[in-house]
Amino acid sequence: MKLEIRQLSLRLERFTLEANVDLHNARTGIFGPSGSGKTSLLETIAGLRKPEMASIALDNQSFESTAQNYSLPIRLRRIGYVPQDDSLFPHLSVRHNLLYGGNGKSKDRTLSFEHVTSFLEITSLLDRHVQSLSRGENQRIVIARALLSAPRLLLLDEPLTALDAKLKDAILEQLGSLHREFGIPMLYVTHDPKEAIEICEEILMLESGKIIARGSPRELLA
Amino acid sequence: MWPTPVEWQIVRFTLAVCALSTLLIFPFGLAVAWPLARRRWPGKLFVETLVTLPLVLPPVATGLLLLKFFSLRSGVGRFLHQHLGIDVVFSWRAVVAAAAVMSFPLLVRSARVGFQSVNQRLEQIARTLGAGDARVFFTITLPLASRGIGAGIVLAFARAVGEFGATIVVAGNIPGKTTTLSLEIFEAVQLGHDASAYRLLIVCVIIAFGAVWLSELLMKRSALR
Repeated sequence: MKLEIRQLSLRLERFTLEANVDLHNARTGIFGPSGSGKTSLLETIAGLRKPEMASIALDNQSFESTAQNYSLPIRLRRIGYVPQDDSLFPHLSVRHNLLYGGNGKSKDRTLSFEHVTSFLEITSLLDRHVQSLSRGENQRIVIARALLSAPRLLLLDEPLTALDAKLKDAILEQLGSLHREFGIPMLYVTHDPKEAIEICEEILMLESGKIIARGSPRELLA
Repeated sequence: MWPTPVEWQIVRFTLAVCALSTLLIFPFGLAVAWPLARRRWPGKLFVETLVTLPLVLPPVATGLLLLKFFSLRSGVGRFLHQHLGIDVVFSWRAVVAAAAVMSFPLLVRSARVGFQSVNQRLEQIARTLGAGDARVFFTITLPLASRGIGAGIVLAFARAVGEFGATIVVAGNIPGKTTTLSLEIFEAVQLGHDASAYRLLIVCVIIAFGAVWLSELLMKRSALR
């Protein structure tokens, strides 16, 4: 994976988010306190926010180029976005949520419907209504739905927030092996050092919209 | 106590024209409600005011406007008569037109609330999953706004059933041709046919009560989403 973020400038309420960075690692973390601009950075990559200035490209495909007045439509970016808030479609069953982004018949067998649902242990939930799900089940289905859309990059925005410690550990283990299992690179936003150390090869530390450090999570957070 | 065959015929005619008018305004109502709920554009306030106008104008005034609009002396009326052989004024079509114009604001207002209640975050998520604008609209926005829209349909239908002022001006009260429930009740009262008036009044109350009850139920469920 090669994610290039150049001259990014996005005005937020309390500061301007700025980034000028190339990311190559398959499991990169964005670490920082609440309100430091982590979510805004992910949303800009996904195309959900329009920056004042930026050049963003994934594997040499331009996503955003304000200099050329170009923005690749969100649906063509093939980004699997897992937000921290509830994002399952409430009027659809679990199965239909999962199939929304893909028909589950991916040529890549690792991303088949059966493999993804069994890996995330949600096979028994398929015919449930989303409003009957627990928070942990909900998050695993959101991750599965993102995977089934066969994304080129997974953006995970604090997916374990609001889960209890036991559930967090169980899903953390699954998230840790997500890349090994499906081969999809990920950007993982968190403010929890434990999550960053267990999941990420490299982290960017963000504070008030600026990247203040970059390196191995063990070195920076231990 | 039970309505006579003639009264039943009036009830059926009223329900049919009201259903037709609601069906006709449905796509236009959504087409107006969606940009009002979601977009900022020049002239939005003007359109909002225009759409609401039939709610506050005296119905007779709206009827007079419709009469002018569809009369053979107007461009539209003449065009319909000469090219399509359709005369609107003093026909069942005028009943439909009056009902449609008078109930349009209620459909738009409820549908607008329905669209505003949809969590736009879900639409964005659908886009990240590869959905284009049309797919997002039909698979996410519309189903999630459906209760607000449904409430609007029911209210619009109920308003159409109760329509009187505009109808009598543009369609008249021609027995067997343009007589609706409201017009017949008025006629029965004028002629002192109290029993007939009360029979039809009961039918009106049942329809109105059912419609408002259903609309309230839908709006409450919509708010809970």
